[in-house]
Amino acid sequence: MAASTVGEAEMNSASRGAIAGAPLVLRILAECPVSKARACDMTLPHCTVNTPVFMPVGTQGTMKGVTAEQLENLGCQICLGNTYHLGMRPGPELIEKAKGLHGFMNWRRSLLTDSGGFQMVSLVELSQVTEEGVKFRSPYDNKEILLSPEQSIAIQNSLGSDIMMQLDDVVSSTVTGPRVEEAMRRSIRWLDRCIAANRNPESQNLFAIIQGGLNSELRHICLEEMTKRDVPGFAIGGLSGGEEKDDFWKMVTLSTDHLPREKPRYLMGVGYAVDLVVCVALGCDMFDCVFPTRTALKHKQYAKDFQPIDPECTCPTCRRHSRAYLHALLNIIDGCFPQFVRAFMDRMFPSREQYPRWAVDALASVGITLN
Amino acid sequence: MKLELRGLAPGTRLGVLAGLGRSGTRAMEVPGCLLYTHCGSVPHLTHDTLDALGRLPAVTQLPLATVAEHQEVLEAFREGAAKLAGLHDTVLFCSLQDPAAPCPAGYNTSKSVSLWSAAGRIELTVPKYVAMQAAVRPDWYQSLADGDAQPAGSSLKRVRRSVERTLTHLDECVLLHQKTAELVGAELFGVVEGADVREERVRSARETAKRPVGGFVLDGFQSGVMDQALRAQLIAAVTAELPRDKPRLVLGVGRPDQVLSCVEGGVDLFEGFFPFVATERGCALCFRFAMEPDPESAVQEQNGVTEDGGSSRTEDPEHQDLQQMTRFEMNLNDRRYRDDLRPLVVGCGCYCCRNHSRAYLHHLLVTKELLAGVLLMLHNVSHYSSFFSSVREALATDRLETLKSVVLGV
Repeated sequence: MAASTVGEAEMNSASRGAIAGAPLVLRILAECPVSKARACDMTLPHCTVNTPVFMPVGTQGTMKGVTAEQLENLGCQICLGNTYHLGMRPGPELIEKAKGLHGFMNWRRSLLTDSGGFQMVSLVELSQVTEEGVKFRSPYDNKEILLSPEQSIAIQNSLGSDIMMQLDDVVSSTVTGPRVEEAMRRSIRWLDRCIAANRNPESQNLFAIIQGGLNSELRHICLEEMTKRDVPGFAIGGLSGGEEKDDFWKMVTLSTDHLPREKPRYLMGVGYAVDLVVCVALGCDMFDCVFPTRTALKHKQYAKDFQPIDPECTCPTCRRHSRAYLHALLNIIDGCFPQFVRAFMDRMFPSREQYPRWAVDALASVGITLN
Repeated sequence: MKLELRGLAPGTRLGVLAGLGRSGTRAMEVPGCLLYTHCGSVPHLTHDTLDALGRLPAVTQLPLATVAEHQEVLEAFREGAAKLAGLHDTVLFCSLQDPAAPCPAGYNTSKSVSLWSAAGRIELTVPKYVAMQAAVRPDWYQSLADGDAQPAGSSLKRVRRSVERTLTHLDECVLLHQKTAELVGAELFGVVEGADVREERVRSARETAKRPVGGFVLDGFQSGVMDQALRAQLIAAVTAELPRDKPRLVLGVGRPDQVLSCVEGGVDLFEGFFPFVATERGCALCFRFAMEPDPESAVQEQNGVTEDGGSSRTEDPEHQDLQQMTRFEMNLNDRRYRDDLRPLVVGCGCYCCRNHSRAYLHHLLVTKELLAGVLLMLHNVSHYSSFFSSVREALATDRLETLKSVVLGV
């Protein structure tokens, strides 16, 4: 199955030339009649990606000990690079010289780069956000840096990724009060600056990131505003930082309800298997998480846990996992996604009593009952 | 196991070690080097990255020191280390110590030898040692040996004792080997000791040759322990006492110039740890071994051999320890490679050189990424393997002197 999909990808790339000036084309192959799940083909400059898709994170231009060839053989069609880290080491000038991040890593399929903004929340304690951008002290050389929307896009233009993320003003989902609204509104203004700064709109796709924390009103406003902009795709942001799962899924479903059907939805930072399956049911197409690459070596500890894809492990177990996601795709196409979800939950948990409450509720909200 | 040597100039040993493995169908060309592993896995490489290497040496080395802590698991498994590690279709040689790890001296007694494992020091008597080998189920293994007497600073008495003890251990090993079901069909190699004392070396070789062993392991000649000139003399003295038709393996010699010297002295097999120690330093092997005249200078220019890191050195200190970079390598940590978009070695056909640049390797090392080790190991094993092919070709066409000057860059 994987092989023929890749074959199709090659064919799609060839026919892509016929679609002038559109670096992203989404073809919806099937929609689940019960839930909000869809199976699509997303054609990007470097290759076509089948969704739903899990994108492994290769922070520094490498996938933690896995070669580019191994990654291809595993069926990976798109992976993530980290703008902040690569912007520091080895830096955009060298990468441009090496023919972009694709050339530098020798990865010929698709790449998505983040804006570099999230690092500032997660890596650096004292960062200061102003309208200009984010100011922080680099742990690499202790110099003060300002990352503005323009600079983030400039680096991502040098990296040459197929999908670029806007620079957003990120606040942790546990934060409440006026800061959440301020960050949401600033993210809209920064989206416009990112769109204006993009040197390569015909070969690189800029995605917007919906913010608004756990506040449905703020989310609504953000959705309304950002969907007015002509961007090729949307990410749902601000939702993978330790918030209550009950709040989490409600914001996801609210977001997918108000995002255009014909554009891809990328749920940022969501990677545990259960979360993935539920959010596919809620209408998300793309996912990423550092969890598999970070804990690949210790995966034995998680034997009873959520069995994430392990890109480092090429044993049949993990081929089974990457097939699991293709299975979701096949199941959506064949019209039996709800059965797939039930079988999946049954495999993941020893008994029905142990199904997470939030997952049961979320699935029920889109018509998939688990009993 | 049968060693078939080609009838070339006397003293030249080139041939095939055939009838290997329990099935008796594998063969290994000599001179050759073994595939070095830790606990049955090539460091940094998984099975499918190993496939990228293409043809692998027929014989895999498993130093007991890297698997000793798993003895119980092996015993419970009951099918040997090769099977447990997923090494199918290979011939397994189980040596004692790990050539890439330090082995402090001074812990051996008359009845035991200390093994240096990741879990610390393990004291082994012959029965305990043979029990471990039974759990490993190797195709070849060396006898327990007292290699403690290091040349610098060992008294003659201590050297004699190490020869005596090693022979005693061998005799005990032979007896236990014959009574151990799991070792039926396995070849036991005797170990020649004697430090830097010529008479002891000769005595050890003669006496060991009298025992019913399948081959010989030459200990105490390790790179950090003995200088080239003395090693050459003593190896020649030792091999003169050994039967022609049994293989000779030298422990702890990996540097290409020292390999060539040992080949001249009558050694057939080498441990393949040198690519690994280079990888651990972030270095890529880049020494030349192609004997054709014209492409040489072009490749030399392309590789910038004269300007690169280690290659500008013409001498390496004799008693170099394993941590130090040799002139046969380039150090990818060096800033000069930051924007060098050439492959590691121009013209090398390995996965790393076909797909990646020095700049990328430099980046991976600076960012401490796991992939650095994978790619460097792929290149280094490939390069080293090709070097050994070149050695065999040089012997076949009587051009060993040419190869020596190419490798030494003179």
